Amino acid sequence: MSFWTDPILVANEWFTGLLADLLPEAWATLISTIVGVVLVSSFGLILVIFLIWLERKVAARFQDRIGPNRAGPYGLLQTIADIVKLLTKEDSIPEKADKLTFNLAPIVSMIAVLLIWAVIPFAPGWIGTDLNVGVLYIAAVGSFGILSILMAGWASNNKYALLGAFRAVAQLISYEVPMLLTLLVPVLLARSMGMMHMVEVQSTWFIVLAPVAGFIFLVSSIAEVGRTPFDLIEAESEIVAGYHTEYTGMKFGLFFAAEFLHAFTVGVLFAILYLGGWRGPGAVEYPILGVVYLMAKASIGYFIVMWVRSTLPRIRIDHMLDLNWKVLTPISLALLIATAVLDKVFAETALRAPALLAGNVVVLLLSWALLRGMSRKARRERQVFKKRPEARAVQP
Amino acid sequence: MIPLSWYLVLAALLFCIGLYGVLARKNAVAILMGVELMLNAVNINLVAFWRYFTPDLIAAHAFVVIVFAIAAAEVAVGLALIISIYRRRKTVAADEINLMKW
Amino acid sequence: MTAMQGVFLFTAGLILWAAFMMVTRQNLVHAAFYLILALFGVSIIFVLLDAGFLAVVQVLVYIGAISIIMIFAVMLTRGDVIEEAPVNKNFGWALLLAALFAFGLIILIGQWPAVASLAGEIDTSRDLAAELGVALVSPEGFVIPFEVASVLLLAALVGALMVARPQKKGK
Repeated sequence: MSFWTDPILVANEWFTGLLADLLPEAWATLISTIVGVVLVSSFGLILVIFLIWLERKVAARFQDRIGPNRAGPYGLLQTIADIVKLLTKEDSIPEKADKLTFNLAPIVSMIAVLLIWAVIPFAPGWIGTDLNVGVLYIAAVGSFGILSILMAGWASNNKYALLGAFRAVAQLISYEVPMLLTLLVPVLLARSMGMMHMVEVQSTWFIVLAPVAGFIFLVSSIAEVGRTPFDLIEAESEIVAGYHTEYTGMKFGLFFAAEFLHAFTVGVLFAILYLGGWRGPGAVEYPILGVVYLMAKASIGYFIVMWVRSTLPRIRIDHMLDLNWKVLTPISLALLIATAVLDKVFAETALRAPALLAGNVVVLLLSWALLRGMSRKARRERQVFKKRPEARAVQP
Repeated sequence: MIPLSWYLVLAALLFCIGLYGVLARKNAVAILMGVELMLNAVNINLVAFWRYFTPDLIAAHAFVVIVFAIAAAEVAVGLALIISIYRRRKTVAADEINLMKW
Repeated sequence: MTAMQGVFLFTAGLILWAAFMMVTRQNLVHAAFYLILALFGVSIIFVLLDAGFLAVVQVLVYIGAISIIMIFAVMLTRGDVIEEAPVNKNFGWALLLAALFAFGLIILIGQWPAVASLAGEIDTSRDLAAELGVALVSPEGFVIPFEVASVLLLAALVGALMVARPQKKGK
């Protein structure tokens, strides 16, 4: 295998060979593992620099502006300049803040996102660690993100920060339910929770078999990241900046970078679970192509996230909870049951894919009809109130 | 290699710290935290016995998963009770919640 | 001392320290953070015992749900975040009982000859999560405890909602 088809494998063999001459085997494995961890996490951290530039450019186009264009060609060095600015800013800690928790929170928030990258399959054979419970692991490390927000909000000793943290808990824990349920749909289809296996069995992309589940996964993931239209946790017109009100300099920068990386990670996860991951022509022979395919597919999800962010206004907090508990959670439960039954009944037959697709469409139509009926009823009740003001006094 | 006794001693000590927390703390939420510690000590024991004596069976895993479910249910109901009591009495100190005592 | 023993001793020390700090802190939010540290340590212990699935579920259930809700409850009952005295008047008896319990348990453990046994080989290629899944729903396995647990969870959900719901005026 030559260097250009699989550079990581060749480099890894060369590096462990080099170490094996100098050190005992256990130490060589340990050191090459640590180097791998550093490589994967610095890939994520360097990616962020590019992502921030990309997002600013795309958001600018949506708003009919040009975006950053001063530092470097096409403003590519703008983020570097911003990092220098953030690093040289005064690092202020509120007087009555809980210092240790206050300083730990941005680090935890970055770690929570970087940990996800440990189970991302970049290409055949390129994976940090192929856990057999990879999908569950993603859900588990996601909880550190919630923890970091709570830590930041509480330690700042600031009312707005605490309010932001309360909202964050309400939103993130709620939207974890549909996200987990729609994570389970690909698990059912792949019959495994391992991320590598998930990609290997997607000869037809799961977005074809479960389009509605993919859509709900994307929506609830956007809510998990806390982006517009779900950015109630840092709604600047209501609670200043939410949980990171008191943060300055690079500590704020870490929260910021973690959010951007998380948004892109959502795109990557969407690509792996629903768009076939690294699959594509020639990806098995030339793993380097797999990385290109994965990044291209991830950009689709990331672009949708940016598109939604630039288009929709922030939703109200009761609408946010209603959307989750009355719409997304029931639909994803119904989808999970439908997928499980149909996948079992039509297993190994040619009808599997059409049946699953039809199941999704039926669930979507049924829930749409139900929602329409409900909103009509609500509208009728509102009209009754308008006609007879005394009726409002009776009703709670 | 680690002998079984290390795990058992760890679980025993963790259980006793939890027990102290349950018996001595004033705040009802802190008492619930102590209960969580005790449940975790039990889980360590279950998994350690599984690993050392019956690694071919799966019973211990099923037990631990059910303990997780019980812990979640207990916390949900316990915290709901505590919040309800706090609304009425403006206290969560366990020794002040004594209306039913005679 | 092998590397495994070193990892175990470090983790055990971390768990016990965090647990001790948890039961002695006055500030309840700090206590909850120490609880999270202790629970995370327990999940490392699960990994050492080759139960990776349980370790992940431990993080998901305990840190992701239970601890967060604990912190939430502490903040909602905020009047008492910092108590004047963290312990009640019986704390001496509690300390004595806990110490006696620990002492007795350790003596019991020491008297049992099987505790010196070492772990046998385990087939790491086994998919324990799949085996557990089959065991939980097969009639020869644990289907009845599993169903009872699910009913319990549902009852807890409904019960918690009913208990914590604000009272309606005029009732």
